[in-house]
Amino acid sequence: MSKLNQLSLREAAEGLKKKKFSSVELTKNCLEQIDKADKQINAFITLDKTALNQAKEADGRIASGNDSPLLGIPIALKDLFLTKDLRTTAASKILENYIPVYDATVVRKLKEAGVVILGKLNHDAWGHGASGENTNFGPTKNPWNKDYVPGGSSSGSAASVSSDMCIAATGTDTGGSSRLPAAFCNVVGLKPTYGRVSRYGIIAMSSSLDSIGHLTKTVEDSALFLNITAGNDPQDPTTPNIPVPDYTKSLGKSIKGVKIGVPREYTTEVGGLDTEILSLFEKTLKELHKLGVEIKEISLKHTEYANACYYVIQPAEVSSNLARYDGIRYGSARQNFGEEAKRRIMLGTFTLSAGYYDAYYKKAMQVRTLIKNDFEKAFNEVDAIITPVSPTPPWKIGEKIDDPLKMYLSDIFTVTANLAGIPGLSVPSGFTKNNLPTGIQILGPQFSEERLFQVGYAYEQATRFFERKPNL
Amino acid sequence: MKIDVKHVAKLANLPLSSKEEKKFEKQLSSILDYVEQLNSVDTKDVGITSQVTNLENVTREDKPDLSLDQEEALLNTKSKHNGFFKVGMILDNE
Amino acid sequence: MTPVIGLETHVELKTNSKMFCGCSADYFGQKPNTHTCPVCLGLPGALPVPNKTAIEWCVMLGMALNCDIPQFSKFDRKNYFYPDLPKGYQISQYDKPFCVNGNITLQNGKRIGITRVHMEEDTGKLIHENVSGEDVTLIDFNRSGVPLVEIVTQPDFDNAKDVIDYLKKLQQIVRYLGVSNADMEKGDMRLEPNISLRKNAEKELPKYKVEVKNINSFSFVEKAINYEIKRQTEILNDGKTPIQETRGWNQAKQKTVTQRVKEEASDYRYFPEPDIPPIHWTKSQISNLKFQIGELPEEKFKRFERDYVLSNYDAEILTRETTLADYFEETVDLGKKHGLSAKQVANQIINKKTEIDKILPAQLILEIIKLTVKEDIDKDKLRKIVKEVLEKNPKIRNDYKAGKKNVLQFAIGAAMSMVGKKIDTKELIKIIMEELK
Repeated sequence: MSKLNQLSLREAAEGLKKKKFSSVELTKNCLEQIDKADKQINAFITLDKTALNQAKEADGRIASGNDSPLLGIPIALKDLFLTKDLRTTAASKILENYIPVYDATVVRKLKEAGVVILGKLNHDAWGHGASGENTNFGPTKNPWNKDYVPGGSSSGSAASVSSDMCIAATGTDTGGSSRLPAAFCNVVGLKPTYGRVSRYGIIAMSSSLDSIGHLTKTVEDSALFLNITAGNDPQDPTTPNIPVPDYTKSLGKSIKGVKIGVPREYTTEVGGLDTEILSLFEKTLKELHKLGVEIKEISLKHTEYANACYYVIQPAEVSSNLARYDGIRYGSARQNFGEEAKRRIMLGTFTLSAGYYDAYYKKAMQVRTLIKNDFEKAFNEVDAIITPVSPTPPWKIGEKIDDPLKMYLSDIFTVTANLAGIPGLSVPSGFTKNNLPTGIQILGPQFSEERLFQVGYAYEQATRFFERKPNL
Repeated sequence: MKIDVKHVAKLANLPLSSKEEKKFEKQLSSILDYVEQLNSVDTKDVGITSQVTNLENVTREDKPDLSLDQEEALLNTKSKHNGFFKVGMILDNE
Repeated sequence: MTPVIGLETHVELKTNSKMFCGCSADYFGQKPNTHTCPVCLGLPGALPVPNKTAIEWCVMLGMALNCDIPQFSKFDRKNYFYPDLPKGYQISQYDKPFCVNGNITLQNGKRIGITRVHMEEDTGKLIHENVSGEDVTLIDFNRSGVPLVEIVTQPDFDNAKDVIDYLKKLQQIVRYLGVSNADMEKGDMRLEPNISLRKNAEKELPKYKVEVKNINSFSFVEKAINYEIKRQTEILNDGKTPIQETRGWNQAKQKTVTQRVKEEASDYRYFPEPDIPPIHWTKSQISNLKFQIGELPEEKFKRFERDYVLSNYDAEILTRETTLADYFEETVDLGKKHGLSAKQVANQIINKKTEIDKILPAQLILEIIKLTVKEDIDKDKLRKIVKEVLEKNPKIRNDYKAGKKNVLQFAIGAAMSMVGKKIDTKELIKIIMEELK
């Protein structure tokens, strides 16, 4: 029984090119896996009935000599990405019947590259969450242990890639929503530099923080994917006109002598940092040291205020971005927003309101400047920064759902990259005693994704955590 | 920090049940207490960051482009009439 | 008591496309919801991209009103809910508008301060109807996203007539710049006065103001303002203070009426628009735009008075619109070689109410000449001149009889130089032909 769905993107692309198998076969294997596993995992909201037709078409293009790197590769899209004629729900009751009339720019680019879209993935509704539990379509389970959360908000993306239902998946990252679930599911999650990938056609959460990313099985896959999605978009005025390099070129280059900063505010100075997380992180540092990296302790002194800063700016922008959902032109009435969405709308409306704007929103925008400056200063001393992705390993489903503030605290290591607009790559860093995955993130200056891939690849190849598969 | 939940809900066009109002009043209070810590940061003479791209002057030429057709525009609404979106009578004059 | 009136005027720009998307901005009379796209319909995932021309026209309008153009400017979100506002917020400008601190001088010499001129986007259109026995509101988003320039004055007005003068001058400037048709009846120029009253001795602004909407034509302006002044006067005389509110002019009832009191609506929760990078002007860009403005009505008026030696009255009429002014100048220029004066051209155009889109300048000149001639030359005199010419130049008769028809030109020319002025040659030719027989 063929298990082509277990291949990485590069392996699948190579196999298709060498005609070892067809896109139809590859797609069939993915669909079989979805059929087998998704009832328990619940990663998908909508399956695209045209998937096999898309695969047939891709096979046709391959046969005529087209060797585009993503051609014929079955992927899935987080359900915030608008797909023309294919239901897009934002995992919310409000849009449960919504059929978009246009494709997101990223979707158009992926279609042009010849991917096979398997369907739309479950996530915390509107991007609000770190566990995958805030969805109207039932929580997604962690393939490594179904009693545990897969992380969020890109829960379906991480779970589907991790359980080989698809070869790769798109995600978004506003405060860690691609990096955290990647770490919790033993896959690679990229948060690109803000503006590196177009936001046009992706349901907005927090406009100045939203980053359009993806989840893959390996670092190389992540680089291949970014090659397609990155680039200036005239329909998104926050995408600079910076050329897109071949992100795979830096892979395999030695990382000897690369200076890596470890901020004490993410390790020794954090209250509540899980001991297992800390010890796995120390193992990571040892591994990097073996690879010739120079590790230096640094300080990002405003880190402790980052989460508070994030939870003022983000809900404010959310409250404005969700104002268009008034049920008139599309969607259902505003009562149908889930609890988390309502909470953020209320919080955001309050902090922007008369008399409170200066004390909250303006203040937070000033603290944001300080956090951004911390990173800029740090990158004068080091080439990259490494931290754990999450202060804790995956938690049990239902454990944090009743305490919103507790849930918000899971973001403390990831929100800083969004506030500063810098890229972050989450790579698997090993398993806890309970066999739950963890991850570390590599952060770099704006538009330094090549450097992140270089470091991530070296570490990944030395540790090979990607070889482990969950028991489904 | 006490919030006028009814007032905020009105501003936010969010109809809440009284149960929700009570719950949110409590939760928002504690979240606001949490973010209160920002006040201990010295931000004297610190500029605001509202965008992280450092971009300026991004505009488009004044050239017309394709529009959606009427059917597409109305595709997802529950209430329409003769090509218009339809809602209950609004009492305010324009 | 003295009225204290400040004006907010919205001018809809006649750009090719909308403010933040490529939909056509020419929405008037189109089928509903046929000029929309994800951006101006507020669909999920859409993002705004500002129209370069609209921004430039806004700045030019501000410059024409003597405004300063700050180096940095940005867009902000104005958050409120209304069915004609698809995103639940309007992209506008709050604390860093494109133009500030301008002024305009009225006919009577009064100087009005212009607080600011900024850019925003228009909303959809609401139509109240009864459909199948039910009172409903229908929404058309064709107008949503069309560029609007908002011009705000200081509360420097104290009577309706000055307000009308201001509006006329503003309308003229806008039309001169070619940025809008500024037609109140069509809705591409909209006025919202803020009216209050203060005791004559008081220097401070009154603690309340009433905004009046729904003034859809010039003729409503005076009535609405005067009604409101009277209404407020009565309340104040009673010892009470008028409520701060928005009222609408009801033309049928000839009064202003309370609209739903928008208590919380004024909390717009402005914050910088995160989707649009700020605008940063260079000095050369600003001077370039200034150069593009060309001659404004005031300048043209003064120049016409001076250079064409026209009366105040004539100059005003001829410079009312650039099309007429240009036509006049072109005609005067052409008319020079026929010895016509600017005054003659002016008289013709103004008194005869020339339809300038039907008659070319060259044709008009001929008409003027014809008219001039009809009064000036006597047919008998002309006949005498022709006879003299033919006597003095027998060659004409001989050559003509020999078939050399072009000798007529010579005859015409000779006669004309004896007449001493330009005349209508038709009559002259007729007489020559008669005499040659």
